Amino acid sequence: MARAVTTQHKTIATVAAWIVALLIFFPILYTIITSFKSEQEAIQGFALIPSGTFESYTEVQAQSGYFKFFFNSVLLSVGSTILALLVAIPAAWSMAFSPTKRTKDILMWMLSTKMMPAVAVLFPIYLIFRDTGLLDSRIGLMVMLMLINLPIVVWMLYTYFREIPGEILEAARMDGASLWNEIIYVLTPMAVPGIASTMLLNIILAWNEAFWTIRLTTTDAAPLTAFISSFSSPQGLFWAKLSAASTLAIAPILIMGWFSQKQLVRGLTFGAVK
Amino acid sequence: MATQQTRSLARFMMAPSVVLLFVWMIVPLVITLWFSFQQYNPLNPIRDGFVGFSNYALFYSNPAFLQSILNTLTLVVSVLLITVIGGILLALLIDQPMWGQGIVRILVISPFFVMPPVAALVWKNMIMHPQYGVFADIARFFGAQPIDWFGQHPMTAIIIIVAWQWLPFATLILLTALQSLDGEQKEAAEMDGAGFISRFIYLTLPHMSRAITVVILIQTIFLLSVYAEILVTTNGGPGYASTNLPFLVYQKALLEFKIGQASAGGVIAVILANIVAFFAMRAVGKNLDK
Repeated sequence: MARAVTTQHKTIATVAAWIVALLIFFPILYTIITSFKSEQEAIQGFALIPSGTFESYTEVQAQSGYFKFFFNSVLLSVGSTILALLVAIPAAWSMAFSPTKRTKDILMWMLSTKMMPAVAVLFPIYLIFRDTGLLDSRIGLMVMLMLINLPIVVWMLYTYFREIPGEILEAARMDGASLWNEIIYVLTPMAVPGIASTMLLNIILAWNEAFWTIRLTTTDAAPLTAFISSFSSPQGLFWAKLSAASTLAIAPILIMGWFSQKQLVRGLTFGAVK
Repeated sequence: MATQQTRSLARFMMAPSVVLLFVWMIVPLVITLWFSFQQYNPLNPIRDGFVGFSNYALFYSNPAFLQSILNTLTLVVSVLLITVIGGILLALLIDQPMWGQGIVRILVISPFFVMPPVAALVWKNMIMHPQYGVFADIARFFGAQPIDWFGQHPMTAIIIIVAWQWLPFATLILLTALQSLDGEQKEAAEMDGAGFISRFIYLTLPHMSRAITVVILIQTIFLLSVYAEILVTTNGGPGYASTNLPFLVYQKALLEFKIGQASAGGVIAVILANIVAFFAMRAVGKNLDK
């Protein structure tokens, strides 16, 4: 930018942007603050300085076994992501490197499955899960989350793989590399960044999925989304505890999200905006 | 290089994804379609059987149905308006030279990573609660009567919560598009004497149009199926005031066990989504060619 920016302009922009940003962030900030208050403090009116007690955190674990839900969330989001990658990598690979006339149609069709409203298949899925004993099982939900996110995973991998120059593969083949060597020494190193980004985005999406995770679980497989939803029943005012549970539920994904802004744009726009 | 062998290998590699998605899409949908023409109640198995279109008629004559369609569309359109216009303004603001731009970005994008039940509960209890919420504190500070958001304005309250979740998404994507705008073009326009407004209309907005399209399409997909936010705040009420189509289908299927009607509602949801998808696919497909 050759254009000189006046300090005045920069000051105004800074002040305005910070005010808006803090307003948008406020509900999260206030939740974190409230989580360090006692229950009485939490309902005593607006206050930004908490007494700094950790009692809500210890109580959330003691009363409701918070870490079981946390563990389920980790298991479901990471497990479903790995499953999705196992299925999607070969597909995206072949579409990127040996595209046919139908490749584009297949991609569009995959995307269209994402548009099917979940409620439309709620009862059939519920029946299938019930009759196969998959209701409230981690495996069943893992497969479910894998299926939901599979189109996005295939798409995202495809946009990354397409950027790997095909000539490199041909060169390796000319040099007599076997298919196996080609995959391990040539392709994998170039594909790892794309796969890692896809993984990150998918974990975030699976972690926050809040329809199937709530409806298909009761206790054993219930992740944090179901746990937090149980706070909605009016059992009294436990806001400090709710805040502590919420803070713990969003913290890991918030931090991951901050690092994956670019991948997020690319993944959620199916490569249309980079 | 596409020999017969590599082509069959490619098919083999694609098969698992295609088969899985095909089964996942077709099997439950066929079951739903079948149930939508049946009288079926798991609690009362005597009166089962084919009933033609009467489930659709029942669902249609239910006063909650029209209300839920209206609420679904209100939610989608309002949130789209707020997030797209707000997102453009925010993106323009954050794109200005400033101190701490990285932190501002992080603060603004954060709500997107908050899981829906947490977002809804935090807003319900700590921000909008008529007695202890921050809004009530502010109202009392100015001597006004605090608003009972979920009792009196349930749709408005849900729209605010959902817009808060999606504004960051719109902002992030529009900001990304904005930052890819050629700086030299901007300078050239400035030298030619174009003011901020005309630069925005003739240069920035056309450049962002593709990103705006994508934001609208992606958000519509997700906004058509808002569920958890309603479940933990109003539970669809008072009455059916904040029930959208997904929530109505859930109520019919899993609370009232009126499977036939719920399935009819599900089929209607699919048709609604398909109308939207038709436009979505065309636009995204066009972007693929570029």
